[in-house]
Amino acid sequence: MEPFLQLKNVSKTFGEVAALRGINFEVGANEIVGLLGDNGAGKSTMVKILTGYHQPDPGGELYLKGRRIEHLSVAQARGLGIEVVYQERALADQQSLWRNIFMGRELADRWGRLDLKGMRRETGKLMQTLMGFTSAAVSPDSVVKTFSGGERQGVAITRALYFKAELIILDEPTMGLSLSETRKCLDFVAGIRAAGKSAIFIDHNIFHVYPVADRIVVLDRGAVAGQFLKNELTLQELIDRLYLVAQTGSLNGGGGK
Amino acid sequence: MSGEQVSLSPRRGGLARRMRKYSLQIGIVGVAFFIWVLFLIGSPRTFLRRDIYAAFMSSTPYFALMAIPLTLVIIAGEIDLSFPSIMAFGMTAFDVVFLTTHSVWLGFLACLAAGVLAGWLNGIIVVKIGVPSLVATIGTQFFWRGVVMVVTNGQGLGLTPVRETFLYPLLVGRIGGFFPAQFLWTIAFALVVWFFLNRHRFGAHVYLTGDNLESARLMGVNVHRTKILTFAAVGFAAAFAGFVVSEDVLFFWPTLGEGYMLNTLASVYLGGTSVFGGTGTVFGTFVASFIIGAINAGIVAAGLTGFWTNVIYGLIVVTSVSLQTVVSRRMR
Ligand SMILES: Nc1ncnc2c1ncn2[C@@H]1O[C@H](COP(=O)(O)OP(=O)(O)O)[C@@H](O)[C@H]1O
Ligand SMILES: [Mg+2]
Repeated sequence: MEPFLQLKNVSKTFGEVAALRGINFEVGANEIVGLLGDNGAGKSTMVKILTGYHQPDPGGELYLKGRRIEHLSVAQARGLGIEVVYQERALADQQSLWRNIFMGRELADRWGRLDLKGMRRETGKLMQTLMGFTSAAVSPDSVVKTFSGGERQGVAITRALYFKAELIILDEPTMGLSLSETRKCLDFVAGIRAAGKSAIFIDHNIFHVYPVADRIVVLDRGAVAGQFLKNELTLQELIDRLYLVAQTGSLNGGGGK
Repeated sequence: MSGEQVSLSPRRGGLARRMRKYSLQIGIVGVAFFIWVLFLIGSPRTFLRRDIYAAFMSSTPYFALMAIPLTLVIIAGEIDLSFPSIMAFGMTAFDVVFLTTHSVWLGFLACLAAGVLAGWLNGIIVVKIGVPSLVATIGTQFFWRGVVMVVTNGQGLGLTPVRETFLYPLLVGRIGGFFPAQFLWTIAFALVVWFFLNRHRFGAHVYLTGDNLESARLMGVNVHRTKILTFAAVGFAAAFAGFVVSEDVLFFWPTLGEGYMLNTLASVYLGGTSVFGGTGTVFGTFVASFIIGAINAGIVAAGLTGFWTNVIYGLIVVTSVSLQTVVSRRMR
């Protein structure tokens, strides 16, 4: 079966900094890929290429369901069913909850007139079903600034889930979350597979990644250091390998391909 | 003020939340009322007669027309200081087209088009070249004023022929013998801009762009186009206001626009729009414009000289921006 998404020889340089160097990467249909790597390894940069925010350097190729995509734009990526929870959360603090949920794709008629009622109603529903806001004090008009870290993260995840994604990318979603919030977040990720969709799950903590991922890819200084299917390796073996990567930059004999 | 109290429990439901949500609007209306009472006590003879109201309804629109779309630029996180020159640039376009075609209407259209062009150019310089809007629009302010002086050779233009056309009653006539037409135009501008800011996708993007540029871009908001459109709107309004001002006195002075900078900016900031972008209302700007206009009319009526007017204006700008900074810091 052809992969849902594929990167071939993708590089990205910012001036002097080579953030990505010749990346080959793929996500299968209904597959959860765990992406590991140190700070600055290039994980977020790769995410932003997949969402059309960054354009890769010339020479790199991007395929979606086997089809070559030349200039992926943010709107196009979303149209193709790629949703993302950015590491920086991409929220607008002084705006209401509903404005954040529908940021960049407001419900509107063809003249651009906003469907305020619809957006408030949908946000109200999401608050109960997905975000688990039970407090009566939070409304679709609540300003995001007043939310806790976990709640803000909930907003970002909810936003990604709401728009019928095929592939959900979560960039360090557990960062700054409490234990119970982390639990909930990991359940979300597990639920993505159950729903028949794909995900890229980025997290520093291998204890978070290992249980939910089907396959694990390790990035190191802008290059893929190795990858393997989860059932090829125990958690302890993985931890040992990661130490190896930190020392040598490669996941020697890491199985997989 | 109750701001502090409310912010301690920002999520209390019902009335408290509504009050908080509309606190800026309530505050600005309160200020307007307070100032009005002050004038009423200070000079009841002037402020119980309706002439003074007719006077300030006719002169406030000169800058209120620009302050309303300028609110969009500032909510989007930018600033425009070039509009006084764009007022004159629009009239220069009128000047040229009118003298060649002898058509007042064509001249009027040229005026508006020149305003949009100048505003759009501001947007392009800021967005595509990346010059900070403060610097870019100070630059274009000088540039357009220079163009005006070169083209007109510093000479004014009498506008009596405009009086013969329908444009005159349409823009500066007295509706019902009392309401200046430009006052109604200001209300119309406010309604249109309010609609786009609050009921249209464009306005949603204006708020998002000014609130967090990076988030907006990540989520696919076309922040460049949004900013360019806000600058173009100010350009359009400046040309329109320039035409109204000139028509009202039936003369175009190449220095047109000088003296409008502070009134216009003060209206936006006093109206509660944040210097940092992301928040602000058309309603606040609208009411604040008339506060500034009333202070103008009131000070003159109270017998203070023009220099005192400047002192009070300056005080209001500094005070309102300070207040705004303090309040928004506290709400964080
Ligand atoms: N917009 C940018 N401009 C310049 N350098 C960048 C930019 N984004 C990322 N980088 C650099 O690219 C490298 C990879 O960053 P990033 O993808 O954020 O890593 P990770 O998410 O794995 O921590 C870092 O050295 C970072 O400083
Ligand atoms: Mg990152």
